[in-house]
Amino acid sequence: MIMKPNHKVGIIGWGGYIPKYRLPVENISRIWGKDAERYKEGLMINEKAVAGPDEDTTTIAIEAAQNALKRAQINPKDIGAVFVGSESKPYAVKPTGTIVAEALGATPNLLAADLEFACKAGTEGLQCCMGLVSSGMIKYGLAIGADVAQGAPGDDLEFAAASGGAAFLISRDNEDCVATIEASYSYVTDTPDFWRRAEKPFPQHGEAFTGKPAYFHHIESAARNLMAELDKKPSDFKYAVFHQPNGKFPIRVAKTLGFTTAQIAPGLLVSNIGNTYSAAVPLGLSAVLDIAAPGDEILVVSYGSGAGSDAFYITVKDAIEEKRDRCLKIKEYILRRQQVGYKCYIKWRRHIIGQPR
Amino acid sequence: MSDLRVPKLWREIPQHYRLEASKCLSCGRIYFPPKTICNNCKSKNLEKTALPRKGVIETFTIIRNAPSKYELYAPYAIAIVKLENDVKILAQITDCEPAKLQIGMPVEAVIRRLYDDGENGVIHYGFKFRPVF
Repeated sequence: MIMKPNHKVGIIGWGGYIPKYRLPVENISRIWGKDAERYKEGLMINEKAVAGPDEDTTTIAIEAAQNALKRAQINPKDIGAVFVGSESKPYAVKPTGTIVAEALGATPNLLAADLEFACKAGTEGLQCCMGLVSSGMIKYGLAIGADVAQGAPGDDLEFAAASGGAAFLISRDNEDCVATIEASYSYVTDTPDFWRRAEKPFPQHGEAFTGKPAYFHHIESAARNLMAELDKKPSDFKYAVFHQPNGKFPIRVAKTLGFTTAQIAPGLLVSNIGNTYSAAVPLGLSAVLDIAAPGDEILVVSYGSGAGSDAFYITVKDAIEEKRDRCLKIKEYILRRQQVGYKCYIKWRRHIIGQPR
Repeated sequence: MSDLRVPKLWREIPQHYRLEASKCLSCGRIYFPPKTICNNCKSKNLEKTALPRKGVIETFTIIRNAPSKYELYAPYAIAIVKLENDVKILAQITDCEPAKLQIGMPVEAVIRRLYDDGENGVIHYGFKFRPVF
């Protein structure tokens, strides 16, 4: 069912963060005796962003949120809710949201919660904030998607599982908003394409099952249903952002739905940073907002295994021009890169038995 | 375990997460870590103030034999950072190879993991500085 807020809501600030370290596909394939070219061609990923030894989902979420706050220029004490969507929480039990809220100076009079839905927990936070803000229960809501994604050493996921985060401050729609979130549409089923059991360090996946019945069915359904409800067609949108577990899936789903390469290119970051899981679509949307002009229409569709998709229809407003340059842009974080080797990566992820932690 | 450390960590959250200092309302001196009595004029009239998050490296040293809990990060630099309001604070430098550090280099504060209290213990977050880019 289409979700349309009674009172219009908008994005008043946005920001992302990508760690500076990059692990090229060759550095992984060499260790495991695999063909780098096959993975680079198959996944359309050249390298992935890797969190430094002192970074985790919390620190990534904090920097993304600080950037959103720099653009919004609101009093952090007016933030009424913080949602952190992630599948790599540093604590199994203890919220990430409280640490983020404390670092921003937003505590103590607010709601804080962590969300989990594989790669779409970040966009769920957006929907929660839309409801709370539209109803007047809170003034501003903060929705963050952040991950330090796990892939078992040697597993195909290791080539893609990356680190990053993005944050959005949601407000009642006004002239300070950079974009209006007009409507959303969620589509979920019980589809076991990817999972991680309790207390296990790495996820499992259903190989080819992750494609047609999972990623494609959910994204196509959410996107088509939202566009049908709004009487929109692909050519109405300047940009589209789809979940990007690799480079091939979003390109194929865009083509199936009738979107062009030009519409998805600005929000397609996976070949340079890998799959940042809960942050993938939020970072793609951030990169699009970094360059969008007033009046542009954007379609955003996340995908989380297990499975479901959240689609959003967003229209860009005038305030984007003056807020764009208030913090670092996604492109600047992508260009700031330092290559690391596999052994360094494994040490930083604390995978070596007996190593100091 | 961390029975004694958790309360200390909790008390220091404002200074570690938000660089919260104290400022003497009588003579204007700023203290970090915050104090309740001014060393200079002995006034008890101090207020909280957030330090600027940007500065330059005044001096630094490189730690190669790190104490336990910091071994994962070695070698790393500890620097005295002169902030934009001339307050000097001691901090770890991150996201920069120690060989590339220079006195006078512009740096900015970021929140990072300082250390873990073992696999089962609390994670200690706080500010470090990284080169501005």
